[in-house]
Amino acid sequence: MTHPFFPVLVLFFFAGSVVLALLLIAQMVGPKRPNPVKDEPFESGNPPKGDARIRFPVKFYLVAMLFLIFDLEGVFLYPWAVLFRRLGIFGLVEMGIFLTVVVVGFVYAWKKGALDWE
Amino acid sequence: MAPLNYYLVLSAIIFAIGVAGVVIRRNFIVILLSIELMLNAVNLTFIAFARYLGSMEGQVIVFFVMTVAAAEAVVGLAIIISIFRHRRSLDPREMQLLKW
Amino acid sequence: METNLAPLLPSAEVVLTALSVLLLDLFIRKDEKGLLVWISLIGLALAGGMALFLWGSHEGAFQDSILLDDFALFFTELFLGAAAITILSSVHYVRETNIHEGEFYALVLLSTFGMILMAAANDLILFFLGLETMSIGVYILTGMWRERSQASEAAMKYFLIGAFATGFLLYGIALIYGAAGSTHLGRIASALGQTKSHGSIILSAGVFLLFVGLAFKVAAVPFHFWVPDVYDGAPTPVSAFMAVAVKAAAFAGWARIFLYQLSPLQSEWTLPLKALAILTMTVGNLLAISQSSVKRMLAYSSIAHAGYLLIALVAGGESGGQALLFYLLSYAAMTFGAFGVLIALKEGENDHEAYSDFAGLGFKRPFLGMAMSLFMLSLAGFPPLAGFTGKFYLFRSAVVAGHIDLAIIGALNSLLSVVYYLRVIVMMYMEEGGAEGKPFARAPYLYLAIAIAVLGTVYLGVLPAPALDLSRISFISLH
Repeated sequence: MTHPFFPVLVLFFFAGSVVLALLLIAQMVGPKRPNPVKDEPFESGNPPKGDARIRFPVKFYLVAMLFLIFDLEGVFLYPWAVLFRRLGIFGLVEMGIFLTVVVVGFVYAWKKGALDWE
Repeated sequence: MAPLNYYLVLSAIIFAIGVAGVVIRRNFIVILLSIELMLNAVNLTFIAFARYLGSMEGQVIVFFVMTVAAAEAVVGLAIIISIFRHRRSLDPREMQLLKW
Repeated sequence: METNLAPLLPSAEVVLTALSVLLLDLFIRKDEKGLLVWISLIGLALAGGMALFLWGSHEGAFQDSILLDDFALFFTELFLGAAAITILSSVHYVRETNIHEGEFYALVLLSTFGMILMAAANDLILFFLGLETMSIGVYILTGMWRERSQASEAAMKYFLIGAFATGFLLYGIALIYGAAGSTHLGRIASALGQTKSHGSIILSAGVFLLFVGLAFKVAAVPFHFWVPDVYDGAPTPVSAFMAVAVKAAAFAGWARIFLYQLSPLQSEWTLPLKALAILTMTVGNLLAISQSSVKRMLAYSSIAHAGYLLIALVAGGESGGQALLFYLLSYAAMTFGAFGVLIALKEGENDHEAYSDFAGLGFKRPFLGMAMSLFMLSLAGFPPLAGFTGKFYLFRSAVVAGHIDLAIIGALNSLLSVVYYLRVIVMMYMEEGGAEGKPFARAPYLYLAIAIAVLGTVYLGVLPAPALDLSRISFISLH
């Protein structure tokens, strides 16, 4: 009995074993000569500065929030754009109302200074 | 094509992972992520049913759920920031001002 | 495409008002913000007028996914009134606490819009969208007093629990959609008659999850633990808004979905609902007794009242529906009043929410003392006030439906509740040295809100007939 997904399982198995095998071989065969410079984290050749887990300014969160909202409003434009002709005037007016509401939100964010970096 | 049950089981598992995450994790951001995971599991259910029933309704619903999830995430992030400003920590165990 | 947009008029008016308030707030000076209050109130009044004008019609929009029947209109008026009273009683509060006024009113209005949608939705997805619009607004309102650490903590708890419950609710909707092939309530009901054998377990699971999600929203007892903390931490007007309007919206949805469209399944969920009602009443009342803060006591008492309201859902039928709607009206009046008096005690940074802060209030501010006594007596269920009439019809509906045990437990519970309600009155008239309370001149809007609540409490208690008829007609319009 072969299931339609059986080949995928075989693929997963092979992919996994190749990864494991490569890691094991490198571990066994490769020579190990550690020195301080080698143990440093790699920062494109520059000497590393500070910890990798720094705190980001809270402004990034604000931008992320605004992006999330306005990005998702865009989702609704796609189906409308595809069916633009069939929806006709009704669709146009609907979209106009929707965008007005979005624009009010945008004006609000702008006036509140959420878009200024400094 | 895989049968409907596979999708339903998968989304149930994802939903359960989300619920477990909300219950046991100790960081607000991770809890927020787990809630998003729950909502996305629901989306998968909707899509699977829409395909199975051959109706577009389920697909359209997913758009709405995605928007709601985004709005929720944004409000959640904002509340997390205001919490962090007050106490410099995101551990729910430290929310002791109001007794549970 | 022919679309009947009349059913959207009241809710559209509310959104329009909210957007204008939000925009106008950006362009006016700080001392002109009083204008926003008036715009909000006028907008609410206009929407109320529209709903009144549409009374008696039975129309649907978007393939009947929004229904404008008397049931929806009844709740529309209730939510509009609740929003108006919330705004009236928060005018002074927001100024004292540096809450951004424009956003506050706009959010109250947007939440109100969500509630109206919940009461009118005849499609589970639309119901979900309304619920989320309401909830997201209220999450923010809870945390709006940003200088106060408790407020953001309460907002966080409310948000996490609320979003968690939303996940369950939505999963339930997805499963119902899969089993019935639609999220439209009418089509679900017709699919119920001819369920295939494999679909029924998915359907039961879906209904169960929906049930749990709604139980979270009305704060029924195994799912109530967030209520005291959230009500305690939130700004007091917002606590009142949550206790009344959010709860009423969840009950509106519950009545439309379970009492009407899913009524073929009634035999399956009656027993769990009954258990829920008994637990909710009893636990709410028992925990309320041991509180030392009046605000927390009111939070627990709102849990107990959710329990009483659940009795009506168990009873179902015409008398249950009538009792549910009437009790929601009475509960709104007395709860807004009690929270209003609590707001009047606030002085600057000091909230004055403990029982001891009420000491001597009856002599220092006779009006506040009288009003608070009235609300407490009504909440405890003394005749001839609104709370008594409401409870009488609730318990009667339980007896009519054959649940005499529920009526007895309910009556015992309201006897129990007398203990903690009377404690406030005893404090006000027999002790000395509490908080001062705002004089009328410093908070005219708040006094207006309390006066409206007093009138409502007395009127619904003494002359309940018109409101009872209204409740009955509204509920019948579901069928």
